[in-house]
Amino acid sequence: MAEDLEELNKHVRTCIAVFVILLALTLVTVAVSYLDVPPAAAITLALCIAMVKATMVVSFFMHLISEKKLIFFSLGLAALFFIFLLILPVATNQTEVKQTVEVKY
Amino acid sequence: MSATVEIPYITEPRPDTGLVNVKLGTWLFLASEVMLFGGLFSAYILLRAGAETWPEGASILNVPLATLNTFVLITSSITMVLAWASLVRGDFSKYRRFNYATLACGLAFLVVKYFEYSAKFHHGLFPSESTFLAIYFTLTGLHGLHVVGGMTMLAYYAFPGSSMWHTNRVQFTNRVECAGLFWHLVDLVWIFLFPVLYLM
Repeated sequence: MAEDLEELNKHVRTCIAVFVILLALTLVTVAVSYLDVPPAAAITLALCIAMVKATMVVSFFMHLISEKKLIFFSLGLAALFFIFLLILPVATNQTEVKQTVEVKY
Repeated sequence: MSATVEIPYITEPRPDTGLVNVKLGTWLFLASEVMLFGGLFSAYILLRAGAETWPEGASILNVPLATLNTFVLITSSITMVLAWASLVRGDFSKYRRFNYATLACGLAFLVVKYFEYSAKFHHGLFPSESTFLAIYFTLTGLHGLHVVGGMTMLAYYAFPGSSMWHTNRVQFTNRVECAGLFWHLVDLVWIFLFPVLYLM
């Protein structure tokens, strides 16, 4: 029990540190948006910071880092379909259809 | 004649999954939520890639208010963690205080959102005005509904639902932990909505 409580206290301390980092990263995201960088670089940077923040929330606040395999499997499946959903519009936007045709004389 | 049916694996982990049922069910639900928002993010990319021009979010939306709301939601996430941790430590009154703090943050988020929405409507900026505003109201509206849903659940566990603490502490702690998982998802979605809608 004492060990469990020690583990919990450690977890709470980590979460408080994550909380401070998340606040700092939010300020960084806003600051970066005011910088004069090309749109593509700004978007990439903002999404990278969002990814780092999301990973921290899922890993520590939702303590996925210490969860069972089955949860990883179901989330992995969702992540796979999520990526598919994001790629789908890009593929749909492809107006040019490329096809290789073998010509016989 | 009445019979009591014991529902298994509520407090003890199920041997094959290694999890209590409520946690597995909650994570599966969260996976479906990822797909729900994923579909809308996908629609956003399609609309933005297909549009001839796309406004910069900051030129229409209020970035300082949204930044404030981001702070509010992140704060509500840490108070949620502290509420659950208080239950694990057996400190019910501390749990209540942190639960109230989380609810207060949720309410603050909605109030700020109300001011943002009413400022837009005041200037005649409705969802029908542009594709950008349509997807903005759809995404933030759905997210706002999730905040309301999360608050309803937290309020239930703060008031009538908390009586379970006196009958089954482990089950109640598990329930609050899963309510927390949902609440963190609400925070997680906002982490992406904020830069995508306001800063790009």
